[in-house]
Amino acid sequence: MTAPAVELRNVSLRYFTKESETEALRDVSLTVGAGEFVGIVGQSGCGKSTLLSLIAGILEPTAGDVLVAGERVAGPSRKCGYMLQQDYLFEWRTVLDNVLLGPEIQGLDLAQARTRGRALLNGYGLGEFIDYYPHQLSGGMRQRAALARTLNTEPDILLLDEPFSALDFQTRLALANEAWRILKREKKTVILVTHDISEAVSMADRVIVMSRRPGRIKIEHEIRYGGNGAGRPAPFDARNEPEFGAYFSRIWAELEIHVGG
Amino acid sequence: MSAVEREAIEPAASPRAAAEPSPLYSAWLRRLRLNRRLIIGTQLMLLALFLLAWEVFPRLHVLNPMLTSYPSAIGPTFVSLVGSAGNEGNILYHSWLTLLRSVIGFTLAMGLGIAVAVVLWWSAFLYRVLDPFLVVANALPKIALVPIFYIWLGAISSIYGMAVAIAVFITILMVFNGFKEIDPNKVKLVRTFGASRAQILRKVILPGSVPTMIAALKVNVGLALVGVIVGEFQSAKAGLGFLIQYGSQIYQMNMVMTSIVILAVISTVMYGLIAWFEAGVLQRRQ
Repeated sequence: MTAPAVELRNVSLRYFTKESETEALRDVSLTVGAGEFVGIVGQSGCGKSTLLSLIAGILEPTAGDVLVAGERVAGPSRKCGYMLQQDYLFEWRTVLDNVLLGPEIQGLDLAQARTRGRALLNGYGLGEFIDYYPHQLSGGMRQRAALARTLNTEPDILLLDEPFSALDFQTRLALANEAWRILKREKKTVILVTHDISEAVSMADRVIVMSRRPGRIKIEHEIRYGGNGAGRPAPFDARNEPEFGAYFSRIWAELEIHVGG
Repeated sequence: MSAVEREAIEPAASPRAAAEPSPLYSAWLRRLRLNRRLIIGTQLMLLALFLLAWEVFPRLHVLNPMLTSYPSAIGPTFVSLVGSAGNEGNILYHSWLTLLRSVIGFTLAMGLGIAVAVVLWWSAFLYRVLDPFLVVANALPKIALVPIFYIWLGAISSIYGMAVAIAVFITILMVFNGFKEIDPNKVKLVRTFGASRAQILRKVILPGSVPTMIAALKVNVGLALVGVIVGEFQSAKAGLGFLIQYGSQIYQMNMVMTSIVILAVISTVMYGLIAWFEAGVLQRRQ
């Protein structure tokens, strides 16, 4: 049996500041199979972004093990691609040069990376804007360029840290739908972290609900839609399925959201 | 991909410019132009008033012409100093020397300043150790060091020493602060790609700080010129600083004023060049 794409075993993380110490994660165990799309929801400060940093290898757990493809994570690896809340395109690089950032850092063949980057950008409708600077692009186009930048290092596992949260609502729905299609087509393993329940329920095969600090896994839901056979509907259509509302209200209740509380 | 998004990247100005401007808009533009002309006109008038006062008051002996010279004397003095074979020498040579020294001075200050800022960025420990010393060194009036530099470094090197001493600390502080202001998420981004510390520096910190470095350069140009002139006061046998010092010793205000006018031209031109360079660089960014 092949190892799961990502595995966390009893992971805990504390961090310290001069004022206090904070327990960000407590005893988190999680397995994500290859090709699976997992959504993690929780309120801000529940440690869900921290979880991604651990998997990406830019943070070390205080206790427990983080494994990617069966190997212990000891620093950033080419297997994982990370997408942040904003595009963080470098304003001094053209769109194409931004997409080459990962390959440059990882010392990949740049001629190949350039060809691949062009193909990715073409595929996302950015073909004409390859030599533009980021400030000449709209928010949605910028985030698509950021997706191309992430995929240009050919990671198997995508770690998405609220990647659409900085966009306006319409663009956000459209882009989530598009990104989902791309990632499914490429058969990537995806872990999406978000505070947006509807985003998680519409995109993920499985949604994990985290409790407030210290972050723990509270409950998991397999997300299934409609009469089988046709496969899972795309996120945009999933929002119209009868199950969508049910999942949403159940997870809403589990998150114990208190306004002003 | 959607039509809505495509629209967003069109330059905002173009559709408006193509249409016939409304009378209100034309009037607004006219007022804008008028206002600009008024400002430039007032500036020219102020300059003319200043020159006129400088010319007339000494001639009426309201001011002592021995102390002030005249603006009308600047041109002839310049011409006579260009051809001069006397002790004072050719003024073009003096100007060139001062210009060259300040260019070398601010290049050195820039290079050294950026290098130190990189070291401080690399080692948080070193930064925390050195921070108070830097603050004091920056606050210290460097002019006080002129005699010491003269003794330590000799006549010529002390000029460069002065230019660097005056400009380098503010460069370090400005550039280092620029480094710290780079969005930490940009650093996080390259770290997720597995970037080493050297790569973070090369791919994010340095290119991201180009606007700060240009701002530091602007400050530097003026400061280096101050350093060079002060250094030349003390020790040089040539340069505009020397000419100013020499001219005042032999009571030749024409010589002094002419040198000062040239200094004003030099610093304006250098500043203008950097501003032009900055506009070129920043145009591509936002």
